[in-house]
Amino acid sequence: MFRSLGLIAVTAALLSASATPTQSQVTVSISCSSLGIELELCQEGADAWAKQTGNKVKLVATPPDANERLALYQQLLAAGSADIDVFQIDVIWPGTLANHFVDLKSLIPAEDLKDHFETLTTNDTVEGKLVAVPFFVDAGLLYYRQDLLDKYGKKPPKDWAELTETAKAILAGERAGNAQLQGFVWQGRAYEGLTCNSLEWVASFGGGTLIETDGKISINNAQAASALTLAKSWIGTISPEGVLNYAEEDSRGVFQSGNAVFMRNWPYAWSLANAPDSPVKGKVGIALLPQGTGQGARHAAALGGQHLAVSKYSAHPKEAADLVRYLTSAEEQKRRAIKGSFNPTRKSLYGDAELLKALPFLKDFEAVLENSVARPSTVTGAKYSRVASEYIRAVHNTLSGKGTAEENLAALEKQLDRLSRGGKW
Amino acid sequence: MMARTRLAWAYLAPLLITLALVAAWPLLRTIAFSLTDANLSDLSQWQFVGLANYAYLLSDPQWWRAVGNTLLFTLLSVGLETILGLVIALTINAHMPGRGLVRAAILIPWAIPTVVSAKMWAWMLHDLYGVVNVLLMNLGLIDRPWAWLADPTLSMAAVVLVDVWKATPFMALLILAALQVLPLDIYEAARVDGIGPVKSFFHITLPLIRPALLIAVIFRSLDALRVFDVIYVLTGNNENTATMSVYARQQLVDFQDVGFGSTAATCLFVIIALITTAVITLGRVHVSASGNDR
Amino acid sequence: MTPLVLLRRFLFYALVAAILFYTVFPFYWAIVSSLKSGSAIFRVEFLPAAPTLENYRALFAEQSFARNIVNSLFVASVATAISLALGVTAAYALGRIKFRGRAAILFAVLSISMFPQIAVLSGLFELIRAAGLYNSLTGLIFSNLILTLPFTTWVLTAFLRELPRELEDSAVMDCASSFRIMTEIFLPLMAPALAATGLLAFILAWNEFLFALTFTLSNEKRTVPVAIALITGASAYELPWGRVMAASVIVTAPLIALVLLLQRHIVSGLVAGAVKG
Repeated sequence: MFRSLGLIAVTAALLSASATPTQSQVTVSISCSSLGIELELCQEGADAWAKQTGNKVKLVATPPDANERLALYQQLLAAGSADIDVFQIDVIWPGTLANHFVDLKSLIPAEDLKDHFETLTTNDTVEGKLVAVPFFVDAGLLYYRQDLLDKYGKKPPKDWAELTETAKAILAGERAGNAQLQGFVWQGRAYEGLTCNSLEWVASFGGGTLIETDGKISINNAQAASALTLAKSWIGTISPEGVLNYAEEDSRGVFQSGNAVFMRNWPYAWSLANAPDSPVKGKVGIALLPQGTGQGARHAAALGGQHLAVSKYSAHPKEAADLVRYLTSAEEQKRRAIKGSFNPTRKSLYGDAELLKALPFLKDFEAVLENSVARPSTVTGAKYSRVASEYIRAVHNTLSGKGTAEENLAALEKQLDRLSRGGKW
Repeated sequence: MMARTRLAWAYLAPLLITLALVAAWPLLRTIAFSLTDANLSDLSQWQFVGLANYAYLLSDPQWWRAVGNTLLFTLLSVGLETILGLVIALTINAHMPGRGLVRAAILIPWAIPTVVSAKMWAWMLHDLYGVVNVLLMNLGLIDRPWAWLADPTLSMAAVVLVDVWKATPFMALLILAALQVLPLDIYEAARVDGIGPVKSFFHITLPLIRPALLIAVIFRSLDALRVFDVIYVLTGNNENTATMSVYARQQLVDFQDVGFGSTAATCLFVIIALITTAVITLGRVHVSASGNDR
Repeated sequence: MTPLVLLRRFLFYALVAAILFYTVFPFYWAIVSSLKSGSAIFRVEFLPAAPTLENYRALFAEQSFARNIVNSLFVASVATAISLALGVTAAYALGRIKFRGRAAILFAVLSISMFPQIAVLSGLFELIRAAGLYNSLTGLIFSNLILTLPFTTWVLTAFLRELPRELEDSAVMDCASSFRIMTEIFLPLMAPALAATGLLAFILAWNEFLFALTFTLSNEKRTVPVAIALITGASAYELPWGRVMAASVIVTAPLIALVLLLQRHIVSGLVAGAVKG
């Protein structure tokens, strides 16, 4: 009773404060996605903050393509532009952009930051500086067709060999009726999505994560090679040849039109696959991505997601940091999770009864996160995109039959060694 | 005549000033950057490295791969565009009902923004739900869906196909314009002499439209050598189709290496200039005064 | 009519039909796709089973697409107008006045059309920021000139050169009279060439993407190609193909109308101009 009275008093105080602003009002601009639920949620969240603090916010739409967005950010930041105060950045960018962001440690209370998953805050810490705060998190998932698995008396696969077998068995039975049917679709285009997909295979085989956190280049090992060799064997058997040019939406198109048994994708595909007009509505299940085989085999899911950072060139870093604090707070993340299935980055929310009721798969998602594999973006810093491009080339060549996995990985190791001047980065 | 010269420069001044600002200055900046190790994250911190970037570029097999891709792409697409452009121009030059509509219809591909047309084709060429494979399979031309954009050889064919679709109208239009000013009496005479249509095409039409054809080929080659968006949208940075522009952009934007990326961009410019000069010289196109200096 | 003539005629129209199919079908496919929604887009249907205008409604209701169209119209028109004005005066000098250095200038102008856009991007960006033109339509107009100006200058020069010499023979060459000659004698004669080059320059500017993406920031300042490229789905990975296609149809329709209206002039303008070589 007293508490709610107190709350009312605080709210009233805040309201009156915003009605007659005592300190001068500032406008903070934030870059969000440009359309749909993501924009809507960002707008609502930012507006709520503006109302609370008496400031103004302006939303800036940025390109949906990650590379183009990064290029735009870099151009703006390199010019020292104050046009955007708060940047929504990809999980792999903190290392690249760190120089342009303020250290948020001093601007956001420490207890506020403790609740985030440690993998994420570590990812955002560059040379002791906290350059971004986690906003939402993504991880690779295995989608499967429950109805087809049931029909053939199969279970969701535990390891990749089982997935291959199950897909082959279902294809053998179903291709007569649907010649288009594919066993497994994923992202094989020569772009960042392939980095995620292939790191998942490599890590699940215990083959490391390309470059370890101490900077050591670990990719040239037998486990990694057998992971890539297995993936190569899928093409033309359970995966279409076209998968080598698929991005997320290409695979979702195949899966959602009922033409694939398994799909590797991010959580976003869940609500779309279950949309009212989806041909596979209600027939889809999700699971952890399968394990590899051999020494060190485990489940592995590539870590994705977006974080919020404050520009060093902002005219109002304090207000901007406060907006970041607000948008990454537990209430706001909960609201975003319920309304738009953006997975929270706060541990406490994964035990929230209301949230678990709305999003049953969050329960499993915590396990997915525990098995997550971060791309080596923090340790390689500004060199990450070059590293990724070399890696993508080696993997894509292996998959399209240009050289064996062993040859390509050995060449890659040499190339990375040269790039890093002997693993020093 | 000094007065005439002064007059000419007075008329040229606005153009030259604008071009100097909008084109020459940025290009000089790029050339200057190509001699440094500048990085996009902080452009004020750079060191002069001399020709080191150039030496590295010329030793990079990726770059030569991109050069090869670009030349192959240009040869294939401009070649096909010329042949198809000729066929289309000859066809729509003939009298038929609704010619205006047909001509306008032929210009449609060219009016669509490149980014959009590339996306449209990416959509149509999808191996499983793309309409191209469905059409070809319905016609019985292929027995299973082709992975147009994934297969190393097919993907080059696919980007050429899309570029040809987009740029042929331009070619056809320029050729059509040349066809329209051909003197009809020559054909009359040829017919009287009993020369067939095929022979008269090769012996009369082609020589007469040669200058126009060459100009069209030069303008198209300039575009093809610089090609970026079609390839980037369709196949990304895939090394099977990556051209010099894609390579330069990757260095400059993805890798933030402004110094090295500028080197690649400068070399791209030099290669284009060399090829254009060669074509102009070999084709004996008179840039300065169209052969009839008055 | 002999069977041979009939066969020839049949083959001719078959060729016309094939050409039309090749050029128009992709656009038709864009229209069909724009009328589908949700999962229907992943099915190949040559006529949409349940056509809907939802994608079009969403474009105008959920984002400032109308504003983007106005921006594009403004930027492309002004850039075209400036290019034509500067192009005409320069072409007059290059095409009608004999002076040393003419060939060099023509070649320099041509070589500017060889610039890869990426090569001037960072320099232009600095320039535009320094001039305070970042995120403004003026900055876009300015940067579009690099594409349209060389082109208009070349075509108009070629056109002017073909006009008979007698036109200005009698007149004396001083600044004032030459200006009158240009505006009173040549300008009217150039109308078809201006229409043709103008349209081509307009299309160039209308379709420009890289500069528009790099030099603008807020939605109210963006042009249509950028707006289309920035259409995203509900989340980062989802691509709303239906909307992209709807936007493409909207963008292309006015250009097709323009081409239909001007197609006679395009051909006749070019006849007298560029293609003479």
